[in-house]
Order: sequence, then structure tokens, then C-alpha cells
Amino acid sequence: MTTLPQSTRAKLGLVIDLDTCVGCHACVISCKGWNTENYGAPLSDLDAYGAEPEGTFLNRVHSFEVTRDSAAPMVVHFPKSCLHCDNAPCVTVCPTGASYKRSEDGIVLVNESACIGCGLCAWACPYGAREMDSAEKVMKKCTLCVDRIYNENLPEEDREPACVRTCPAGARHFGDLGDPESAVSKLVAERGGMDLMPEQGTKPVNKYLPPRPRDTLATPDLASLCDPAPEAASGFLGWLDRTLERL
Amino acid sequence: MQNQPALDLSPQVSDEVRKTTCYMCACRCGINVHMKGDKVAYIEGNRDHPVNRGVLCAKGSAGIMQHLSPARLRAPLKRVGPRGSGEFVEITWDEALAIATDWLQPLRESAPEKLAFFTGRDQSQSFTGWWAQAFGTPNWAAHGGFCSVNMAAAGIYTMGGSFWEFGQPDWDRTKLFLIFGVAEDHDSNPIKMGLGKLKARGARVIGINPIRSGYNAIADDWVGITPGTDGLFILSLVHELLKAGKIDLDYLIRYTNAPYLVDAATGLFLRDDAGKPLVRDRRTGEAVAWDAPGIAADLAHGVERDGATHLPVFRHLADRYLAPEYAPEAVAGTCGVTPAQIRSIAAEIARVAFEEEITLDQPWTDFRGVKHDKMIGRPVAMHAMRGISAHSNGFQTCRALHLLQILIGAVETPGGFRFKPPYPKPPEAHPRPHASHAPGQPLDGPHLGYPLGPEHLLIHDEGTPKRIDKAFSWEAPLSAHGLMHMVISNAHARDPYKIDTLFLYMANMAWNSSMNTSAVMDMLTGQNEDGSYRIPRIIYSDAYSSEMVAFADLVLPDTTYLERHDCISLLDRPICEAEALADSIRWPVVSPDRDVRPFQSVLLDLGARLGLPGMVTEDGAPKFSDYADYITHHERRPGIGPLAGWRGANGNCAGRGAPNPDQIARYVENGGFWIDHIPEEAQFYKPWNAAYQNWAVERGLYDSPQPYVFNLYLEPMRKFQRAAEGHGDRQPPDHLRARLRETMDPLPRWYPPFSEPQAEGFPLHALTQRPMAHYHSWGSQNAWLRQIHGHTPLYVSGAIWQQHGFEEGDWAILTSPHGRITLPVVRMDALNPHTVWTWNAVAKRRGAWALDPKAPEATQSALLNHLIHELLPEKGDGLRWANSDPVTGQAAWYDLRVKIEKAPAGQSVSYPDHSAQLSPVPAPPRDLAHQTKP
Repeated sequence: MTTLPQSTRAKLGLVIDLDTCVGCHACVISCKGWNTENYGAPLSDLDAYGAEPEGTFLNRVHSFEVTRDSAAPMVVHFPKSCLHCDNAPCVTVCPTGASYKRSEDGIVLVNESACIGCGLCAWACPYGAREMDSAEKVMKKCTLCVDRIYNENLPEEDREPACVRTCPAGARHFGDLGDPESAVSKLVAERGGMDLMPEQGTKPVNKYLPPRPRDTLATPDLASLCDPAPEAASGFLGWLDRTLERL
Repeated sequence: MQNQPALDLSPQVSDEVRKTTCYMCACRCGINVHMKGDKVAYIEGNRDHPVNRGVLCAKGSAGIMQHLSPARLRAPLKRVGPRGSGEFVEITWDEALAIATDWLQPLRESAPEKLAFFTGRDQSQSFTGWWAQAFGTPNWAAHGGFCSVNMAAAGIYTMGGSFWEFGQPDWDRTKLFLIFGVAEDHDSNPIKMGLGKLKARGARVIGINPIRSGYNAIADDWVGITPGTDGLFILSLVHELLKAGKIDLDYLIRYTNAPYLVDAATGLFLRDDAGKPLVRDRRTGEAVAWDAPGIAADLAHGVERDGATHLPVFRHLADRYLAPEYAPEAVAGTCGVTPAQIRSIAAEIARVAFEEEITLDQPWTDFRGVKHDKMIGRPVAMHAMRGISAHSNGFQTCRALHLLQILIGAVETPGGFRFKPPYPKPPEAHPRPHASHAPGQPLDGPHLGYPLGPEHLLIHDEGTPKRIDKAFSWEAPLSAHGLMHMVISNAHARDPYKIDTLFLYMANMAWNSSMNTSAVMDMLTGQNEDGSYRIPRIIYSDAYSSEMVAFADLVLPDTTYLERHDCISLLDRPICEAEALADSIRWPVVSPDRDVRPFQSVLLDLGARLGLPGMVTEDGAPKFSDYADYITHHERRPGIGPLAGWRGANGNCAGRGAPNPDQIARYVENGGFWIDHIPEEAQFYKPWNAAYQNWAVERGLYDSPQPYVFNLYLEPMRKFQRAAEGHGDRQPPDHLRARLRETMDPLPRWYPPFSEPQAEGFPLHALTQRPMAHYHSWGSQNAWLRQIHGHTPLYVSGAIWQQHGFEEGDWAILTSPHGRITLPVVRMDALNPHTVWTWNAVAKRRGAWALDPKAPEATQSALLNHLIHELLPEKGDGLRWANSDPVTGQAAWYDLRVKIEKAPAGQSVSYPDHSAQLSPVPAPPRDLAHQTKP
């Protein structure tokens, strides 16, 4: 079985804002495009124009409905990819060492040349964040765009994961969650960022910012905002006349 | 075992980046196309581009799969089987252009109106309209009539612009944002970016929409309104704000026609001898010209004349909306909301507008010459789209929304709604519509425009329409975008006259772009007794094997968006920002590998073969070698051409200037776009700001300053209403009088959608939305995007689900007064309880788009279009009324009423199930594992 590093020098990961994600799938396709063209084997699509298309994606968006007793139902869009766990069960279960966690930044990767496609890691991941590529028979997963974030062939501002660069709503943030002073760590602190399924003991690096409270607009007293309330002071025309005189 | 392999962390990304403009939807974002050799490897957003600032949606990033779509047409096609079958032979371009010329030349010489040329979602309407004008046919328009003309026309008439390409919320400053009836796609990336900005600073977003998905899912507050009642809801907000005195009187006096005096006898404005509208000066009590210097215009009192009191517009407005019929209690049931929701939203608008006022220390001077030392903003912004406009009360509803924004002083002020140049542009500054034609002659002027009274209708003396779509007739007086959705049915019925050739571009009229799709397919194939087709000839241009291709006699294959020149022009639907003038191009970042040509270049070639004015030189040779040559050298007015950047012989002119032969090269160097910032003092109050007006003249947007006031009261509407009351020479037919009197109201009014009488048998509303990851029918040919949306489940509310005992895996039969469809059902609680909905345009005809005939798009999907007739059900009055807005003719898609029942057990294929069309393109590859090698 494969060992995890004792610690990592950084904990690079994503902070995903569920208050802001509109569920547009921009991150899904940007990821598909970059990772088809880059790290390892292309992400294949079987029966691409047929009855049951089945492609490999490293990031998918799920939508959930939340019904509430005393307020309107909510819809939450939930993008999901590898969370680059500190205590990654997908790594420890790997029989060949193909699955590993990088000691320098904590990114969890699959070394495709060592992967035998046994699928144990996908079974071990409680988040369902890994996908076996049906054409190549190797395990695919989010690389956190390891071939972008340090890439000296890219302008510095583009050295971030493709999904973060493309997110139109700005709902995805990238940084070092091991550094409490980083922008992402501060965002997590400010907005009550959460671990996904902490009871699994996986210690995910990626964090989710919960939706802000919804449907809270209080029933107000519009008249109390008025000085003086037109209804109380000889009707609308009187109010109009007085106000016009003051202009 | 810990084995960390060495990685190449800096792989070469591409050989070259070519910057052009996306065309995966109408948003027109800038894209970086990464090339490996001569192949496209990867597409991302262009960080410098004003529209998207580097971000890109799912569609944009999937552009590579559209470019490589197996549905791409390969060569011109000539029909050899019956229409609709899809039996074609590939022919040469010489043969295709000879056929088209042989068909069109005699029409131009004898009866140019027998060509009906309509284009879909193309972005070259100023060019195709110019071509049609030169040909001489009055029958040209684009897709606005079935899209959102209510939104556009109501905005232009009320305040000189509307949403999307007309204007945008002040995303950086607004503190309260209300978004009404926006499908998930409009206006894709800028709205998402804007919402992201609001969310980042915790500004409140209120979504008013029957469906809580997409943008509405992240709204802080959701109003699950009943479809077709937005106008009533908005006017109730107006009622509350008026009642509380939470309106900006100073703004109304300065910048709107609120003080104009309305003649008690005619309902038209009192005017002086010079024709200037009059207002009452509070200091003297006299009626004086609205723009007389130094007056204090009154909103409260009228003047006595000829024994009558003539009140200002504002009094009419206040009297109407303060009436109890607009009180929250009176409207809440109809709107499907609670009175408390209306009150709370009105109070929040009032609080933010007046207690969180924004002040910018930016001096400016208004058109009256008055200097202001500050810019004062009411940081409430609104946005709306087809959800409120695609109803038979849509025009008046859109007017109501603009009224609400204007009453609180939140248009063209900081934090509110801002115009994007060349808007603001009031109706008077737009052309009138034209339709006078003669053999061998160009049309007498531009086809489309803004009528200011019955005198501008395009009708013959006996009242019959001049256009095949009956635009600008009494049936749809203000149909500013034409009525594309009526063309095929009118041509088939030969009403108002017979045409010969139907020429369509990029409009899937045989499928998702028509109401009543099955019947439209029958009309396209309808025959006379002698076996000839009722619509004699159909020419179609498309890049892909769409459903419409199968119905054409001649197909002119277009290129993909990466293989062509285009201009996103100020003459058309520009990409400007509130702070800047901007336009952009597409250029061929790759060459076509098929025998296809860009449609606009083909149209120029055809124009030259027909000898159309402006397209040939004096000796009859083609004037332009291709569309790029036209973009560079065509002048609409002296110094004004399709592109505004780098004009003049040296390329140093902005807006106005002589053609520059290097212009396109300069655009390419700059990343595909040009941007020119508006001076700081000209950034707000644009309709009234002297600095803006002067800047706009310098840039060629106007030829002289055009300050104007907003039309709370729309006098042209009153002119049509008066005609319906029997005044004037041009009189509507008697059967339309009552409807015109009711609907051409000069103040916004709500009336129930015309489908309301169907409610008894069809108690539910049915809607479609376009998903964020698809654009119309295009997404299904895209191997990546079709995995996100591959079929169209019918989403039903919890109430409907329980009432009908639906269970997971069930199918439903959805029936309208016109037809039925069968779809799988899915429960969704975040939905208006009386509403069902599904995704738009994902359903496909078998055989189209190079998909497997068993694809879920064909077997698990249906269009709501099958349920929607272009006419309302018969009412027993001997007439058939259009299923459209009576003001603009906009297709009333969202008026649809339905009933639902559980499909019998065992249902597994959607209905209707049309016969397959033969595919004119080869079968697609089965599997993809696409990695680009140079």
C-alpha cells in the first residue's frame, strides 16, 4: 500500500463558494478542455454522439434542492472534484504507488504509468471524485492543474487551475490553505468555510463556503420610512405640493 | 511505499495564441485560441476583453468540439428527394450560386417583394438588412420578433435603451439588484460576473422568476411569481412607493416627461406654436415650453384652458397607480405571492434608494447648461429578459419595469442602470420603417424602425400589410424587429400575398425556432394541386446539419466561427460597456477543411451577380472581394463604417474617419477588439449630459446632440389609441378597435395574458429555459455539452407531483389547447406551484445534427414548441387572433397553458416522434480521445 507524506510544505486547494455558484458548468468544461490536452491521457468520450455518451470528467456540478418548513425551497449548486485530502484514503489503498500525495504542495495525483486501473482508489474515495477513463483504463482525477500552476510558459496571472481562471461568477478560489494568512484561508475564516463530510476523517484541503441565509427580507413598515408619511398628511397631493416647494 | 515521480511542471501550452471572438452564444466574449501547428488545441477567455475579462462559460470552452462537430456541412447541397427527407447531392459553389442567381434575378426585375429573406441569430444584421434593402424586398428581418422585441422596443420607447446590449446594471456600485424573468443564458458571462461582484460585497439580489434555478438559485430572496403577472407585481411596487412618497421628484422633473401637460380632450400633450410640449411653471401658474430656462415645472397641478383642466403626466400616473386595484392585497393572489412579499420588497427598494444614496464628486453640466457639482445615485439596479417579455402583455410589462426604475431615479445614475453606447437613443433618433418597393429598385429606406404614430405603419391605403410578416400593421403596430415567426405560416397561406423564394440564414425554423413546429414542417412541405410546393423555393444557409437543412431546396454551407471574418459592429448589436465604446471582429484563426464559405462573403458574391447597388463597381465588377473587404471599406455614412476603431488613413481616428486598409490587422494585433473610454464627466446622465452628447457626436454615434426626456407617458401610443377611437385618416379595422384601445395605453398597464380564458381546462403554466451550457439547438452536436444536457425532463412542482401521484421514473402527457407532448417527469419544489418547465431546444429530430437516431435528444426529449400555436384557439367570433403581443407582435411563448396527466406505464419514448431525416454528413466517430498533435 502507499504511504502519505508526514506533512506537506503547502496545502494547495480550492475554496468553492456555494453562495455564488450558479451551476453553469464553466469549470467542468474548462477542466475537460485543459486536461484532455495536458496531464496524462486525454479524457475520453465513449459513444460521443450516440445513445449513451459516457465521458471522463475530473469535475462535475451537482444540483440539490433543499426544502424548508418555514421558507421557500432553495437550490444549491455543488461542484465536486478531488478535495486533495490530508488523510487521503485513495492514496493509502493504492497497491502500486501510482496514487500519491505530493510532499511539496499536497496535491494528490495519479502516476498513470504506474496505474494498473484496478479502481480501488475510486472505491476508497468517499466523495466519488475519481473516474476511470474507459478508453485508456487508467484512473483520472483532478490534478489541481499541476501543469498550469507552476508553468513558466504561462503568464504569471494564468498560473492557477483552469476551473478557477474560467469561473464567470468568481465562485472558485485557489491558494494555500495551510497558510492562515493566505487570501483563501481568510475567506474560509470569514465565511465559515466547511469540510465536506468531516466524519470520514479524510481531512480534505478543499473547503466549501456555505450559502448565506436565504429569504430573510423582513416584513417592513414602509410608512415608517416616510417623513412625514404622505397618507397621514392630507393625502398624496398635499405631500406632493409640500415636497415640490422644498426642491 | 511513497514514490513521487518527476513531473514536467512547465509543459509547452501551445505554439501560438490567436485572439478572436466567441460565437458559442450571442454574448460575444473574447477568446484565446491556443494553436498547435494549424490545429485548435484549447480555448480560454481573453483577460483583456471588455465583455468577459478572461472568464469563459461552458459553451465557450467547448468551442473546440463545435469546431470539430461531425454535423458540419461539407459542400453546397441541392435537394433531390422530397422536402423534409434530407436527400441531397453535393454540388459546386459555381452551380449553387448560378441556381440562386437564376431564382433571384427575375424576382428582382419583376417583383422584389417575392423574396422573403430572414436571418436568425446572426450578428451581421446591419449587413444583411443593407443587402435586402439593395435587393428591394420589404421582407427582411432577424429573429427579434420571436425573441425579445418587447424588451427592446419598450426600452427604446420609454427611455432610449433596454437591457443587455443596450445597457447594464452598475455592477460596481449597486447595493440592491432585482432580476426578473431571466433565462439562465442571458447575457451569459457579464451577468454571472456581475452577480459575483454583488455576492463578493454582500449586496442583496432578489430573483423574480417562477423557477428557482441558475441565477435565481443564488438570489438572496426569491419571488416564485405566476407567469404573466410580472407587470401587475411591478405596478404594485409602484403603488407602494408612490403611497410612501419614495420617488425622486427632482429627477422626474428634470429628466422625464412627468411635468408635461396632457390635453384633457385628446390625451396628447399641450404644445406651443413651435410644437414644444408645455409644462406648468409653479411660480407663475402659466403653461410654458418644457425647456424654458429658469422655470419650476409642476407635477401637482394642471392649467385651465377651454373650460377644462389639463393635468401633468405625473398626476395621471399617480391617480392610476395609487388606485386600490394595485394594492398588494389586490394583486397578491393573481401574482402568486403574498402581500408581505410585495411590501417588503418595496420597502427595501425605498430604503436602499433613498437611505443609501451614492454621491460621486464628479462635476457635470446638463443639456440646459446647468452645472452640477456631484453625481447622485440611487443604488438599485434591475435587469429583465424574456420571462417578462414573451407574453401577450410583455410590452406593457417591460414599460412598467422601466417606469419603476425611473420613478426612483435609478436610470443613468450611479448604482443604477446604465446605458452602453450607442445608447441612449430615443425613438425619434431611430429610423421609421420602410416598405415601398419597385421592380429593379432598392427599397426606399431601412426595413425596421420605430413608428411614432399611425402615419408610419407599413400598410396599403385599404389597410392591408405591405410585409409578408404583417409587421408594422394594425395587428402589431410597433413590431420593431419584424415577425419572423409568422413568415412561414403567412407565406403558406399566401396572406397577405404570395412569395416565391424563402431565404433563411442560421434560423432553425423547421424545429426549435418556430411555434407549432409540426405544422410548420407541414407548411414547408405543403403542395399545390399540381404537386408544386406552396412555398416555391427555399434557400438556406447554415454551418451544421440542422433540422431546417432538410427542408431547403438549396443549401449554402457556412463556416464555423473560427474560420471566418465577422464584425461586432456599432451599427448592429455592439459589445460596448457603460464606460466605453467598443467593437470587435472574428477572423479566420483556421482555414476550413471543407468546401464551405462564410455566408456574408457568399451574400456579397450573390449581390454582385445580381448587380445590386453598392455591391458592384461602375463597370459591373464585384465591389468587394469578400466580407473582410466590406468590413474595411463599406461606409454607411461618410466616415462611418462597420468598425469604429483605427479609422482614417493612418488609423488614428476613433468612430469617424476614412476607411483604413489596415484596420482588421490592427484589430488582430489588439486581441480582436477596440475600446474607447468615455470621459469621466460623461459617464452618467448620458441622455442629458452635455459632455456625453458632444463626445457621442465626435465619435459618430449621432450627427448632432440628441438630449431628450424619458417617456413615462408615451404619446405615440396615445396616437394609436386615438385612431382606434375613430380619430384621424388612418383607421384600424373594426375588429381590432377594442383591443387597440385597451393595449395601446400611453401609461403602463397590466392585463391578463390572452391565454387566460384557457385556464379552466388547462390550469397549469408551461415554460422553457435555455440551459447555461447550451445555446439554442447548437449544444447537442457538441460531445462535451450534450453530456451535461442530453434530454429534457419535465420539471413539475411538488403540488403537481402529489396531486397526480407521480413516482420516480414516470412519464407525463402534457396537453395544451393545441397539442400534446410526452416526457419523463422530475419533481422540483423550488418552482411556482402551478408551473411546469423543461429545457429549451435540447430535443432533436432523428437524423439531424449527426446524432445517433437513438440519441436521448430524440427519444427522451420534446420541444414545448409543439404545444404552442402561432394563433390563439378559436373564440367563436369568426376570427383567429395571433398568439402574440398586440403592440409589437412578439411571440407569446410564455403564455402557454397546459394540463398534465400521468402517462400509461411502460412509456419509454418521448412524443412526438417525427420521422428521421437523412443526414447529409457522414456518420460521426463512435469514441473520442482527442488530444491535438500539431
